[in-house]
Parts: sequence; structure tokens; C-alpha cells
Amino acid sequence: MALLSFLDREHTVAKPGFSRWMVPPAALCVHLCIGQAYALSVFNLPMTKLLGITQSAPGDWKLTQLGWIFSIAMVFLGGSAAVFGRWVEDGGPRRAMFTAALCWAGGFFLSAIGVYTHTLWLIYIGYGVLGGCGLGIGYISPVSTLIKWFPDRPGMATGMAIMGFGGGAFIASPLSVWLLGKFTTATHIGVAETFIVMGCIYFFFMIVGSIIVRVPAPGWKPQGYVAPATAAKLITKNDVFVYDALKTPQFWLIWWVLCLNVTAGIGVLGQASAMSQEMFPGHITPVAAAGFVGLMSLFNMGGRFFWASTSDYIGRRNTYFVFMVLGFGLYCTVPYTGSIGSVVGFVSCFLIIISMYGGGFSTVPAYLKDMFGTRYVGAIHGMLLTAWSAAGIFGPVLVNYIREYNVTHGVPKAQAYNTTMYIMAGLLVIGFICNFLIKAVDARFHMKAADARGNEPGTAPAGARA
Amino acid sequence: MATKNQEGTTTLHLALAWGFVGIPLTLGVLQTLINAMKLFQ
Repeated sequence: MALLSFLDREHTVAKPGFSRWMVPPAALCVHLCIGQAYALSVFNLPMTKLLGITQSAPGDWKLTQLGWIFSIAMVFLGGSAAVFGRWVEDGGPRRAMFTAALCWAGGFFLSAIGVYTHTLWLIYIGYGVLGGCGLGIGYISPVSTLIKWFPDRPGMATGMAIMGFGGGAFIASPLSVWLLGKFTTATHIGVAETFIVMGCIYFFFMIVGSIIVRVPAPGWKPQGYVAPATAAKLITKNDVFVYDALKTPQFWLIWWVLCLNVTAGIGVLGQASAMSQEMFPGHITPVAAAGFVGLMSLFNMGGRFFWASTSDYIGRRNTYFVFMVLGFGLYCTVPYTGSIGSVVGFVSCFLIIISMYGGGFSTVPAYLKDMFGTRYVGAIHGMLLTAWSAAGIFGPVLVNYIREYNVTHGVPKAQAYNTTMYIMAGLLVIGFICNFLIKAVDARFHMKAADARGNEPGTAPAGARA
Repeated sequence: MATKNQEGTTTLHLALAWGFVGIPLTLGVLQTLINAMKLFQ
């Protein structure tokens, strides 16, 4: 019972003297762990040889079967973020982080049993379902807390946390390879043991984050910060109830903006290695292509912090305008760089594109806060993440199938991606229009002072406080 | 000194918290940068 009360929102309220700069590392404890999802592919090859050891044997799992683990996890990421968003918001960040730690580590432990008994469906349930729920709950758990601690720099604050999700693979990838090396022998591949150790490490890290995290006391403001007396055109001072947000056109316009921005980025992210080698045969070797993918991951992570921080100065809507306009220009330029054989131009274009892909993720929580207020921003953000799940299907499908179609119709491999690039540019034009149509939320959706739906202790709708 | 109603965050607290997440992340980023340099070789 003592543990349960320790997890309560009331026991998470910061006492005087607590520094808000303790909250971003708490959020990073969670996001760096769940960011491991981007490095899951490290286990693909070892898991196809669990029986054969040196090579795949009859009965060993195929790559196509293993690919479903990541897909299931992504579906449950979006689903759990949408379903549990309000629960996360009401219960506070500590309870959510603790739950995410249980799900994430539990997913690894269950998967270890699945590997040990060679039962694939156990891994689907372990990493896919349970781990996916850990991903979704963990991803949204610190978002609204950070926005409340940093009302002066909400973009930078959420950018720091979501940067961690992009950076998690940098830790997970070498750690997984090292652990696999330690546990693998001539007669055994140490995937199960690696899963158990990683589950323990991630549980410890995430629990530390949940212990550190605090929510600000009601009415707290940063020293010297004076909230604007009047609401800016696109920054509300009111709150919108979580389910009312779904009834606004703004929610769906931002949904499409995120979906289109992510679709454009995710498609090329997964195909960057093959694309670079096919567009520059003889110039970009497989080793160089691997370096290119690593560089893209760095820009994906850095872009999350850079663009979200920039949005604090130029505004959220303008930041997405930059993504759409600059992205359009860069996608249209990529075929030209291929035609003149400019590797530097090609690499530069994609590094900027991928930084904006990351920036799209990290800027959106602050965009939602501007539109719908801080009260339910975490839950609304959770529901918006379904756009990510949708983009995860659209992006790779567009890139892969259009390339396939072009190649089978006689287009040289070096030019097979040109149509895709123009289609991606076209998607960004639609995204630009959606972003252009976003106006302030109608006052009829604002929560009123008498609105008792889910009021947390010591707070009232922002409109009532103003 | 922190009392029951206060939790003063010291520089040491901040250094420990940021080091806890910053050190592994920096090591991972450096490793990735070393691998990424192969693009220019």
C-alpha cells in the first residue's frame, strides 16, 4: 500500500527548493530506455539461428516472422498511448513511469522465455503487446509534466525528452551487441540472457526516473516568469477536455500534419542504406551506407531538440511551415543530386530531411499545448500518436512499392526512387495546406470553471484560473 | 539543509541526474560518430 501511495500524484508534488532541471533527466531515463525499439533489428539475425547456431536450420524463425515483433509493438504503442492517455494524465508521471517500467522490462522477460522455449507467439505478446504498452505509456508519461515545469520553453523541454527516444538506439545497439558476445558460445546463442539483462537494466533506469520525477505545486511558476496577460493568436490560455479535443478540426489537422511529415521521413529512413547504394553505385559502399544510416540517426536525434527549441521562438505553426516548405524543396532536389552524382548534396538533403522528421515528433506536444492548453495535453498527445502508427504503414509502403513498380517497368535502379521523392514532396504540400488551415480552437470547446470532469487536486481548468 | 517540507536540489543532485543519462548517451553517440566517419573514407 505504501508503494501505491508513493506512486500517487499527491506524493509527486515538488516541495520548495526542487529544481525543475531534475525533471528532464527523469524523462530521459524513460525515453532512452524505450528508444531501444529502434535498435531491435540487432537481434534479427541471431534470432534466425537459435536452433542452427551457425546458420538457419529447419524450424528456425524467418526474418518476415520476426519483423512482426516490431510492427506489433508499434501498433500497441499508438493504441496504449491513445487508450491510457487520460489514466496517465490523472495518475501523474510517477505511476505512469512505474507502469511503463513494469511493462517494458516484463516484455523483455517474457520474450526471454519465448526465446528459451522457442515460442514465437510468446515474443509477440512479450515484446510486442506488453513492451508496446510500455512504449506508449512511457512515451507520453513525462510530456505534460515537462510542459508544466517549463511554461517559458515548452518546446525545448519536450524536445529534450523526445530526443531521448531517438537516442535510445545509440545505447541499446552497442549494449546488445556486447551482451550477445558475452552470452553466445559455440553451441548457444545468448539472446534470452541478453533480454533478461537488458530488462533488468531498463527496469532500474526507468524506476530511477520515476523516483526523481516531480510535478510542480499548483500555481507554481518559474522565477521571473510572467505569463502573457492576453492569449496569443495561436496560444490558448484555456484548457480543452481530452475527448472534446477529438471534436475539433484542429486535432485532426495536426493529426494529418504529423502523419504526413512522419510518412515522408519514415519511408526514407528505413530505405536509406539501399537507396544511397542504388543511386550512387560504386560511390557509396555498404560500409559507407551504414555510416550514412548512423549519421541520419544522429540528425534524427539532434533535430528533435533543435527544432522543438526553435519552435519556442518562431512558433509551432511556423516551424511546421519550415518542415513542409524546406522538405518540399529538398525532396525535389534529391533526384537532381542523383543525376549529377553529388553524394555530398544527396547526404546533406537527407540529413536535413531526417532532422525535420525528428523535429515533427518533438514539436507536436508543444503545438497541442498551444491549441488545447496544458491540462490534458498528455492524453491528447497520446491519441495523436495514432498518426505515427498510420505513417508507419504509409511510409515504407509508398517507398517500397513505388520503387518495385518502377524497377519492374524498366526504370534504372539509380532513378527508381525519383517518383517516390516527388510523391513525398506532394505529401508535404498537403501537410502545408493542413497546417495553414489551423486556427485557434473555438471557445465553445474550452472547459468552464464549473466543469468538474477529471479535475486533479488543487487545480481547476485554466480558464477558471485566468 | 533540506527539511521535511523542503527538498533543495543541490548541484551534486543535478550532476548525478544528468550524468546518469548523459554519460551512456554520450558514449553511444561517440560510437555512432566513429562508425559514421566510414561514409567519408
